[in-house]
Amino acid sequence: MIFHHFGQYVLLLKKVFKRPESTKVYTKELFHEMNEIGFGSVGLIAVISTFIGAVMTLQIAFQLVSDLIPPAVIGQINRDSNILELGPTISALVLMGKVGSSISSQIGSMRVTEQIDALEIMGINAPGYLILPKVLAGLAMVPVLVIIAIFCAITGGLVGGTLSGAVAPSDYIQGIQGGFNGFTIVVALVKACIFGFVITSVPAYMGFFVRGGALEVGQAGTKAVVVGCISILATDYIITALML
Amino acid sequence: MIEIQNIHKSFGENHVLKGIDAAFEPGKVNMIIGGSGSGKSTLLKCIVGLHEPEKGDVFFDKKEFTNLDFEERVPIRRQIGMLFQNSALFDSMTVEQNLTFGLEIFTDMSQSERRERANLCLDRVNLSKTNDLYPSELSGGMKKRVGIARAISMNPKYLFCDEPNSGLDPATSIVIDELIEELTDEYQCTTIVVTHDMNSVMGIGDYIMFLHKGEKFWEGSNKEMLMADVPELNDFVFASPLMKAARSTFK
Repeated sequence: MIFHHFGQYVLLLKKVFKRPESTKVYTKELFHEMNEIGFGSVGLIAVISTFIGAVMTLQIAFQLVSDLIPPAVIGQINRDSNILELGPTISALVLMGKVGSSISSQIGSMRVTEQIDALEIMGINAPGYLILPKVLAGLAMVPVLVIIAIFCAITGGLVGGTLSGAVAPSDYIQGIQGGFNGFTIVVALVKACIFGFVITSVPAYMGFFVRGGALEVGQAGTKAVVVGCISILATDYIITALML
Repeated sequence: MIEIQNIHKSFGENHVLKGIDAAFEPGKVNMIIGGSGSGKSTLLKCIVGLHEPEKGDVFFDKKEFTNLDFEERVPIRRQIGMLFQNSALFDSMTVEQNLTFGLEIFTDMSQSERRERANLCLDRVNLSKTNDLYPSELSGGMKKRVGIARAISMNPKYLFCDEPNSGLDPATSIVIDELIEELTDEYQCTTIVVTHDMNSVMGIGDYIMFLHKGEKFWEGSNKEMLMADVPELNDFVFASPLMKAARSTFK
């Protein structure tokens, strides 16, 4: 069953990446999707990341109560955890819930109301027209959202740590500046690109092959989020194992 | 002209179409009738390539269609207009965008030319000034008419209608039937209508094909249908007292 779905997913992707019939129409769709995925999610990502950064600072401070460890380490751990793991992964899981379910229901509804059939009758490559702009928008916008998430989390850590008195601002800033390895940003961006692909392509697959009616469209949305989240966590492990 | 030869289609164990042959002529309203589950919508989908038949061939003006891949089918598909049972309008687009979408993708027409063409098609179905409405703002009959306008926006050579009257009141059904008949005559297109609305069949059907349990049981004109002595056809066509009365009057 898994192999059947994987094979069908690969065949769908083959159709998705065929040459577009009209670059102008596809470009218009791409910008529309970038707006939906990027600007539509930036507020949510910023709020969630800020709180995660603040909570992380408090928890790190709570666990590092020792005179042997300088308080600046709190900022350093918070920075690296957010860049390497929390920024990309939590953002991707949140986006899978928000964007993924929306993509799956949108394409699923089009399938059950014969709109996809109407596209095919017109001679339009439906997978290309419906999915390619979403995938490209995901690849372009998820890394941007992840960078914003990392920035918000580190800033949230500073604000949260200062307000609660868990760490002095000067210590925290000293920590986030010290021992920075630029490669962690590369890892974060690689993760973000791959997650962007998963967030858009997996729900699109689930929606594209829906059969039935409203109930099945809803079920496809749920399945898309579950399968997508598991895929994100699995790819997260693989990328981490390969790159670090 | 559309010809189909020995079309077979199954879904699992269910053998839906069992070797259908037919020829649909241009300039005529060709109708496929039959009870629910007789395979008429499946046959239509096999003809337009939404379902792939297991066996058999479809020819559009002598050009084989069934064995072509997606890209090879595009030139033929650009000559196809289709009205779906539930209209299948793109609900994220306005009426005008629905009509101009195909033109934007496949032609070099400017925006004003596309708008002009959309207005012409909307006028043709008596829906002028609905350009900026979304499908959710239209009634069932209006959706069908926009569906027809979209189908004719690319000057089709082949027009397919899947249950064009389903869910419509009798007066609106007549309007839709008249439109299909007028457009077939105007564009001289090969029109295939799948229906079980006998008023439509008697009103505009030039060639009727009756499907029963996945087989072609009868074919002929609507007048011949009234005189036919085929029990399965008669059970379907003259199920209502109105049709029985029509038959006796005609006889």
